[in-house]
Amino acid sequence: MIQFPVVNLGGILPALILCIAGLVVMLACLFVKRGTVTVAAIMSAIGILAAGAANSPLRVLNETAFSGLVSLDPYSWFFNFLILIATGLTVLASVRYLSDDEPGAYEYFVLLLFSGAGMMFMVSGNHLLTIFVGLETLSISIYVLAGIIPKNPKSSEAALKYLILGGFSSGIFLYGAALLYGSAGSTGLPALTEYFKAGTFGPMALAGMGLLAIGFAFKVSAVPFHMWTPDVYEGAPTPITGFMSVGVKAAAFAAFVRVFFDALGELQVNWTEILWVLAALTMILGNLAAIVQDNIKRMLAYSSIAHAGYILIGMVAGTELGTAGVLYYLLAYTFTNIGAFGVVALVGSKREANVHIDDYRGLAKSNPLLALVMSIFLFSLAGIPPTAGFVGKFAIFSAAIAQGYIWLVVIGALTSAASVYYYFRVVMKMYMEVPETTPARLEFSPSMILALGIAVIGVVYIGIFPTTYLNLALESVKPLF
Amino acid sequence: MVTLQHYLFLSAVLFTLGVAGVMIRRNLIVILMSLELMLNAVNLSFIAFAKYLDSIEGQIFVLFIMVVAAAEVAVGLAIGVAVFRQRGTVDVNDINLMKW
Repeated sequence: MIQFPVVNLGGILPALILCIAGLVVMLACLFVKRGTVTVAAIMSAIGILAAGAANSPLRVLNETAFSGLVSLDPYSWFFNFLILIATGLTVLASVRYLSDDEPGAYEYFVLLLFSGAGMMFMVSGNHLLTIFVGLETLSISIYVLAGIIPKNPKSSEAALKYLILGGFSSGIFLYGAALLYGSAGSTGLPALTEYFKAGTFGPMALAGMGLLAIGFAFKVSAVPFHMWTPDVYEGAPTPITGFMSVGVKAAAFAAFVRVFFDALGELQVNWTEILWVLAALTMILGNLAAIVQDNIKRMLAYSSIAHAGYILIGMVAGTELGTAGVLYYLLAYTFTNIGAFGVVALVGSKREANVHIDDYRGLAKSNPLLALVMSIFLFSLAGIPPTAGFVGKFAIFSAAIAQGYIWLVVIGALTSAASVYYYFRVVMKMYMEVPETTPARLEFSPSMILALGIAVIGVVYIGIFPTTYLNLALESVKPLF
Repeated sequence: MVTLQHYLFLSAVLFTLGVAGVMIRRNLIVILMSLELMLNAVNLSFIAFAKYLDSIEGQIFVLFIMVVAAAEVAVGLAIGVAVFRQRGTVDVNDINLMKW
């Protein structure tokens, strides 16, 4: 008789709901004649809220499901919520960006939901196989989303570059997984932990670890594996750029932290040094390159590279506080960056116009509130209190200092001081300069206002009252230690 | 006698060829073929390990990799067609609206 493994659909219900919502949107919107985009957005939002409700029970669990392929613990719970927030805000920010007369505009939301589901599988993966499948589900959806603007050569160029580099990094990741499989006899994270605890690993296992690190470094866009980031972020539709910069990054960091702390925890001495160098290079190059950019999307792309460097410091610190800092930072960064890209999408409108930093001249005169909101996001990116970005940097830096990584923190502090220059350049343009031409009227949509409102409240609220969220992050990383 | 080392060596050579192909070749189609070569080199490693360790897990992993590779190449070729329609070329040196 065939033994069927225990199936626990309840555990992966949030991701399942997103998949089902995607399918429903795909089928139902075929029959919607008018206002397809609005209908698709409302249906996606309902799906995301339902997934959020289904996610709540995960917080108290600490178990695995599907023969150890998926782990249901507070760590998955935290990242599932983060991904749902990112997906939900992106849906809200995208409504006015798409137009009803384009055939298949609703596919945008379908792909968004599918990539959200892929991210959830990735963050709760307890086996390299699950992590790989989640990674590819999200990547393939994002490749298409990056190139979804019809007849825009930049958009399809971005999709092409992302696809080539994404496939390349997946190949490297898989080769690492194969070498670990050959060493340990399994690619389940608990099996790998056992294997490294026994302490009889050879160079092949170390090579596997190195290749996995490179694969993840590509996905979180750490220098020197960042080459694709500026081009892809510049060419992709602006709301999708925001989604990539927080969603993909958060999912990749979640899997990175889980694999390296849980499965490869015994090798911490070996990988900490690699990550030290990666973090230092990423912060230096990301911030320096951002200074010279004139295109705001490209500037924010380099800024997102720099932020990956700060987050890596939290991994280098290696303690519970450090990883909790990573989680908090990703949460703060989600609100901040989706908000910032939301403003860029609003100013740039559908045609991807006005992406030059000079186009922000005099925004404070024509749209005082929007300029204020953008300034709050830029303050948070620069790490100025009382925003969430400040608390995130503080948590990560103090955890690293406690572990004696003084020089890394010095580099982090110096480069983030340099970053103030390019963030404030935009603020200066908005408040101090006058536009050369009369600015076009901006199309505010209710959903965009809602998205920006939620993002601003998030940035300020978790910045002023960080304790609850830092404790949540601490509680969420408990299963890894 | 063909041992595990032979398979691993072949797999490493194929993987390196794939990596070199992605980096050196300029034609999109060849780049996609090189990506496939990388993934298939990984598949070879997995299968060799699975046989050597007498474990089924590697074989299952290979099936997943094949499915994902097929999906990725389908999307890749679609994007390639879109790019070709816009510019009339699939040479990645000419696809440079944005500086690398």
